[in-house]
Amino acid sequence: MREKLERIAGLVRKEFKQLFRDERMRRMIFVSPILQLIIFGYAVSTDVRRVSLFVVDHDHTQASRALVDALTAGDYFRVVGRSDRTSDIADALDHGHATAALQIPPHYARDLQTAVSRGFQGGEGAHVQLVVDGTNSNVATIALGYAEQIIRTHGLGQLGVTITPPVDLRERAWFNPALVSRNYNIPAVIGTIMLMMSLMLTSLAVVRERELGTLEQLMVSPLTPGELIAGKTIPFGIIALFDLVVITAVALAWFHIPFLGQAPLLMLAAFLFLLSALGMGLLISTVSNTQQEAFLTTFFTMLPVMMLSGFMFPVTSMPKAFQWFTLLNPLRHYLEIVRAVFLKGAGFTALWPQFATLAGVGIAVVSIAASRFHKTVQ
Amino acid sequence: MAFNHRRMIAITRKEFIQILRDKRSLVLAFVLPVFMLLMFGYAITWDVRDIATVVADQDHTASSREFIDAFAASGYFHMKGRIATAADAPPLFDRGAAKLALVIPPGFERDLTHGHGAPVQALVDGADANTATIVLAYVRSTAQTFAQRVVLQGRTMPVPIVTESRVWYNEELASRNMIVPGLVATIMMIISAMLTSLTIAREWERGTMEQLAATPVSRYEVVLGKLIPYLAIGFLDVTITSLMGVFVFGVPFRGDVGLLAGLTFLFLVGAMGLGIFVSAVARTQLVATQLAMLVTYLPAFLLSGFMYSLDVMPRALRLISFLFPARYFLVVTRGIFLKGVGIEVLWLQAFFMVVFATIGLLLAVRAFHKDLD
Repeated sequence: MREKLERIAGLVRKEFKQLFRDERMRRMIFVSPILQLIIFGYAVSTDVRRVSLFVVDHDHTQASRALVDALTAGDYFRVVGRSDRTSDIADALDHGHATAALQIPPHYARDLQTAVSRGFQGGEGAHVQLVVDGTNSNVATIALGYAEQIIRTHGLGQLGVTITPPVDLRERAWFNPALVSRNYNIPAVIGTIMLMMSLMLTSLAVVRERELGTLEQLMVSPLTPGELIAGKTIPFGIIALFDLVVITAVALAWFHIPFLGQAPLLMLAAFLFLLSALGMGLLISTVSNTQQEAFLTTFFTMLPVMMLSGFMFPVTSMPKAFQWFTLLNPLRHYLEIVRAVFLKGAGFTALWPQFATLAGVGIAVVSIAASRFHKTVQ
Repeated sequence: MAFNHRRMIAITRKEFIQILRDKRSLVLAFVLPVFMLLMFGYAITWDVRDIATVVADQDHTASSREFIDAFAASGYFHMKGRIATAADAPPLFDRGAAKLALVIPPGFERDLTHGHGAPVQALVDGADANTATIVLAYVRSTAQTFAQRVVLQGRTMPVPIVTESRVWYNEELASRNMIVPGLVATIMMIISAMLTSLTIAREWERGTMEQLAATPVSRYEVVLGKLIPYLAIGFLDVTITSLMGVFVFGVPFRGDVGLLAGLTFLFLVGAMGLGIFVSAVARTQLVATQLAMLVTYLPAFLLSGFMYSLDVMPRALRLISFLFPARYFLVVTRGIFLKGVGIEVLWLQAFFMVVFATIGLLLAVRAFHKDLD
């Protein structure tokens, strides 16, 4: 047993030496995850703020200016251009200079005045046209909602009497009151960065030995295949776990993401997740003969794992068949756990199904990889 | 040494043979884009539909039922059942069993008919801020529609200003129309780098670089010669994925095919130049793959405007995003597919891609040169 451990330790040492010998590799392992987190952390925001608005005002009255002011008073819209010609709207939206455009027709002030003087007698008042670039359907939906609400409120404000709307809607967002999308997305960035790194390192490390012919040398050494697997994956496990802890700490400190849950739960999730990741890497190495093949296969695996994880696109919106399919995806479970622990402060009682599935997937992947590895080595 | 196109073609032929022999690369180069587009085109969506909704109706009147029916009929909400009080909602959010809870307090009908402003509470699971924001937008508009129908003492709510809203380019606001052209760009960015990033590092590691160095080919000939076969593959990929986008997913194609082809060419040269550069700098395949992943994978998705609007990013990050060619090509594919715009709009992207392609190629040649010395 003692010898066994010593043999594994020897391989681990060799692996560490090999990795850290290359300065670029050192940087890639320790600096790049942090750098990536900071860069992408700023990128992953879906908050709709400061929507660029193009204004075509045919009315040129105090009333029309007041409407534009009402739209830009909050943080939701900013005017990026003005003009008198309707055709300029198409130009601004085509070029992407503006995401939305507001057209105020002539006689706006007059129509509004008529409506106001009619007061509660009902009927419609002044009309304005709002055009939104629908390319990004989410931004368009949200911007439309904001604009319509601001214009409606502004219109009612012109009546001069306070009006109680029939329904008084009181909204409350649970877990994330300010609805900051970054809080939800940064844990996903962490998971993706770590998955990419550990998958790539493990899959290539084994294949590299095979390609360079040093795998035979290892095989004639007294190492058993089990020891070989352990010695090959432990270093990456240690590095990845270390990186994961560091970038999670950076995420908390740098981006001030609320952390309501328990740290040990997060560690357990990290451990199980890395188990799956390393297992996948090992599995890829057993089906690849060259580093290029391993690289391509990793690429091929990463895409669906990332896209079908709920990182960018909610799993619950996918067709049922795909939802079932994603149960196999360790990243999906990891993200669910991490997001719930971060934002909801969820405990083990709420998350045990995710933990169980993640553990199941991890053990399955590692066992398949190990048994395949045995065969390829023998 | 003068540029000789025959020597370049010889390199191209060698590279072609090598690609054809490498079955996995070949299969991945053609199957991957198709597979990915099919899978993601069907699976991923940003549309928020069937919002799992629970209701606490504490009023039990005709009006409260009408209010709930308005939500059920809107098509956005999937009524999952009843709860007693607002306190029942968070545990359901925890388990992911509901996204939205509507709480109608007692006295809703009374307040409504007396014009006191009947309070209704909308609790939303805010963890996913994006979904939550859209859910709230739907809640507001449904409640507004309901309120508009309410007749208070013989009169409805006045509407002094009517907003006539129109959506351009993606009239039905389907996220697929934004995702599919985006995928064409991001997948191509990744494939381009994947294919080219190993070409030179592999020669180094296998020791064939010395052989290549010993032959009378210039670095320009090598880099261009290696680029051409991949360009051909990439071009075919864009053609296939674009056709699929239009015919399988029904994404509108409103622009000019010729323009798309020309800009695709520019994009591929830039993206593949970047891959070859990475390959030349890295020297080992392990480092090359890590580098290639780093400069293409996440940037293609996160810094290109594919999902996350560049407008709201900090200025520094917007500047960084100019370093990744997927950003330009994404504007191109969406512009040509959805907006149907021409070069008069896309010239700036075209200009950036020319600059990028030139710099990418020169860097690749330079980096390659250093290796040979």
